[in-house]
Amino acid sequence: MIDSSDSGIKKLNTINRRMFIISAAKALVFTGIIARLFSLQISDNKKYLTLSDKNRLREWRLPPIRGEFLDYFGNTIAGNLKVYQLHVIPEQVEDFKSLMVRLKDILDLSKNEFTKIIKKKNSQKNWETLIVSENLSWDQFSKVNYYLHELVGAKPVLSVVRSYPFKDNYTHVLGYVSQASEQDLLNNKLIKKNHVPGLRVGKNGLEKTYENQLIGSNGVQRYEVNAYGKRINQLDHVEGTKGQNITLTIDTEIQKLCNELMLNKSGSISVMDIFNGEIIAMHSSPSFDPNLFLYGISHENWKSIRENPLKPLINKTISGLYSPGSTIKPIVALSALENDIINPNFRVKCSGKMEMYGQTYHCWKEKGHGVVNLRSAIKQSCDTYFYEVARKLGVDRLSDTALKFGLGAKVLEGIYENEKKGLVPNTKWKRNALGKGWVLGETLITGIGQGYIQATPIQLCLMTAQIANGGHKIYPKIILNKDDESIDEIKNKMENSEILDKKNTTQSLLKVGEEIFNNDDKKYYKLFKNPENIKLVIDGMFGSTNEIRGTSYRSRIDDPKYQFAGKTGTAQVKRITEEQRELDLKTEQIPYESRDHALYIAFGPYKKPRYALSIIIEHGGSGGVVAAPMAKKLFKMIIDRHDLRELTKKNLMSA
Amino acid sequence: MYNQASYSDNSTFFQKVKSLDYSLLICILLIGVISSFSMYSTDGGELLYHTKSHIIRFIIFFVMMIFLSFLNIRFWHSVGYLFYILILGLLLFASFYGVTASGSQRWISLYFINIQPSELMKIAIIICLAKYYHRSQINNINTFRNLLIPITILILPILLVISQPDLGTSILIGLSGLVVLWLAGINIKYFIYSSLVLIISMPFVISFLQPYQKARILTFFDPDKDPLGAGYQIIQSKIAVGSGGLYGKGYLKGTQSYLEFLPEKHTDFIFTLFSEEYGFLGSMFLLLVYAIIIFRILRIGAISRSFFAKIFCFSFASAIFIYISVNMSMVLGLVPIVGSPLPIMSYGGSSMLATMIGFSVVMSSKIHRRQLIS
Repeated sequence: MIDSSDSGIKKLNTINRRMFIISAAKALVFTGIIARLFSLQISDNKKYLTLSDKNRLREWRLPPIRGEFLDYFGNTIAGNLKVYQLHVIPEQVEDFKSLMVRLKDILDLSKNEFTKIIKKKNSQKNWETLIVSENLSWDQFSKVNYYLHELVGAKPVLSVVRSYPFKDNYTHVLGYVSQASEQDLLNNKLIKKNHVPGLRVGKNGLEKTYENQLIGSNGVQRYEVNAYGKRINQLDHVEGTKGQNITLTIDTEIQKLCNELMLNKSGSISVMDIFNGEIIAMHSSPSFDPNLFLYGISHENWKSIRENPLKPLINKTISGLYSPGSTIKPIVALSALENDIINPNFRVKCSGKMEMYGQTYHCWKEKGHGVVNLRSAIKQSCDTYFYEVARKLGVDRLSDTALKFGLGAKVLEGIYENEKKGLVPNTKWKRNALGKGWVLGETLITGIGQGYIQATPIQLCLMTAQIANGGHKIYPKIILNKDDESIDEIKNKMENSEILDKKNTTQSLLKVGEEIFNNDDKKYYKLFKNPENIKLVIDGMFGSTNEIRGTSYRSRIDDPKYQFAGKTGTAQVKRITEEQRELDLKTEQIPYESRDHALYIAFGPYKKPRYALSIIIEHGGSGGVVAAPMAKKLFKMIIDRHDLRELTKKNLMSA
Repeated sequence: MYNQASYSDNSTFFQKVKSLDYSLLICILLIGVISSFSMYSTDGGELLYHTKSHIIRFIIFFVMMIFLSFLNIRFWHSVGYLFYILILGLLLFASFYGVTASGSQRWISLYFINIQPSELMKIAIIICLAKYYHRSQINNINTFRNLLIPITILILPILLVISQPDLGTSILIGLSGLVVLWLAGINIKYFIYSSLVLIISMPFVISFLQPYQKARILTFFDPDKDPLGAGYQIIQSKIAVGSGGLYGKGYLKGTQSYLEFLPEKHTDFIFTLFSEEYGFLGSMFLLLVYAIIIFRILRIGAISRSFFAKIFCFSFASAIFIYISVNMSMVLGLVPIVGSPLPIMSYGGSSMLATMIGFSVVMSSKIHRRQLIS
């Protein structure tokens, strides 16, 4: 009925026609969907695959384990401590406030600690990790883990921090570590590469200098996580590599003795091997315990360190500048002998003072020494004698010799960035630096180590070592190397070395920096023309310590095994007025800041020298009274430990 | 074809079984199997609630569909209005006593099963309108009265569903109804005019939308604006599909869904999961199966003698096509996210029931293709 009617046919035609239109549209839409699928799955597959991996994979970078510092005998002097920390990334926390309140409860934070954390949070960017606790106790750590499901955004992590088992003994040698700053990240690519929140990097001293060797590399844990950031399973664990261990040349026992000797005193002790330049001890006093900085130092502790008048923050061994006082006299004598100004028999009559150019120059001994020759002048430290020698020698020739023996240049160039150069004055320097001509009177006081001349304790130690080894240039070092030259090799080289003459002085000094790292090129230059001259000076120093009327006679050791030779020094910090000279006060009666610095340089054992040292006690008074007795105790221990040291070296070389 | 015998259908049961459309049946079965595997994957590779109930439902509805196929096409014609009124009643009931789930009151609880009348309305509207146009004369179709009645039939459920609120389903109901109107021969100009009006009124309509719906539309234009909020679904879905590549990540290896980055993965986003695991080739295969289904339905419509069967089959095929393309375009980020399941693949009893009823009407049309309806 429908089929046959016109209307029916029309209806059918319509529906068929319209169905056709829809079908065409369908084909078009399906094509569109297929095209879309193609573009997503085939064309952009890589992009979405990466996005999908990014979605599901999370990396946890573990802090790198820092290399340790070892002393000469392999004892750890800077190690690592595992600590539990709590990190929060504010950006990833939905409700930061309530999380913190909950954490305050769980960790039992005091109000003070809590506001400190909030302050810290406000001072950093939202995506930076906030370290809520540097050092969770095991109790706190397990508590946090127990409540972790309600602490969304809090991450308990295992971290490592530096620890210094010998506390204040190595503070200045090693420097310290602290949380990497933005500046650190900018300056050092390795730090940037291995950075994790809370990473500690060297800020000072060896910790900073050897950062790249020490830092190591991150361990990485890769986890598959779900959409809620929950770890599903661990896919990968790449162990990080620990940083290199660094062995120092320092002997902890001697270092500790230095610390004890200097207790409550301000100053420095350095001990050095006179052949291979190994620094055996290097202590600046007062020191402080670097472990205090581990989890952030308390305000009181920091204040007491910073405001201590003895300045514990300064490494006096390398950056303390002192007038060498009488310890310069061996160099003055040597310079005069080398330049043929005097011979050993040159005599001066000391009457306690001398008048020159309208000025009075006093000898430390008011009554005078009478007629003295070179040997007795060194032995008794006669100032008048050295005024006269200096006057004849002139400051320029003196400064040449002083520079040759290590004054006026950095001893550990490139190792400590705050090392000072000191100052060896000459006429040219004065004209350039001060714009004035040299005055002869200045030469006289330079001759007894006063005036412009300034040296660091480590320089004096090097100077002594280079006299003691027979006048050869050596290369001080603090890092022990397996392939260092043996003593015999060095001695051999010394015998066959050239004389360091004026022409190549500056050149060689410039080269020193490079040579330190290259054993083969190390040249143990002769710093003298005539070996007899060195012997004369050494003999004078022997007299000073071991003969009656010597300035450090009371500190002598008669046993030839320990017998040492030295030179005292007492450096004025202030010009002494005539009235004060009249008063002749005892050290205790003078205000602390005005007291003389006590100095002592020495080497031993005398018969077969091997070690040199320098001692400086700020405002300690007389070098002979205060500093020299320390040397006695030190040499006792240094020489007692010599065999052990040699044995250790032998084992190290053969290993 | 014009002989007397074909006017009434007196074929035996055996003949009826023989004239079932087997390619259609196989394709439906295929989708059922594929969907069961995918459901198993959404459960994380375990036989959990979703998988179990999906399989059970599919089996029940599939068997039911075959049984219903043997009902004469005249039956469907005769119950057309009744069916519509019944579902409309359920919709009304739902809007007063319905169960609220995820912010929308769209369920009726029947103790053992929850029914979503809006899903059933998707098929009821087609049957109802097909019946309406079966009777009407082509010359009267564009008269006011003949326009008003079908439009009212269409508007009523749309309004009820929108108020639940369920934008996705109401759009699908609307589109299904419009297809019938189009096939019936309503003047093209009405379609043009009304779409113009729709476009112009769009801004006003949007201002009446729920905030989350507005967000979805805005998100569609710029999903990266709020990657963890409204844009999350679309971004994660694209990542899942895109990372599938040519061959897919492999069965049960879709990391996006396994690690719960995919939202609604067993319902609206089932295709995403499928596409991630089977890749471009798998997706092409699924599309092909759907295309065969649509093609078979269209063919059955073409050979049906009754106008009711013809217009139903054409409309239903188009409706299926619309469901598929809306769903896929949505998960592929081509259109804004509106709730719309993928026929048979998606988890959901009412949706599957409605689709299966549609298939049984189609199948009945095939078996009774020579049947005329007076």
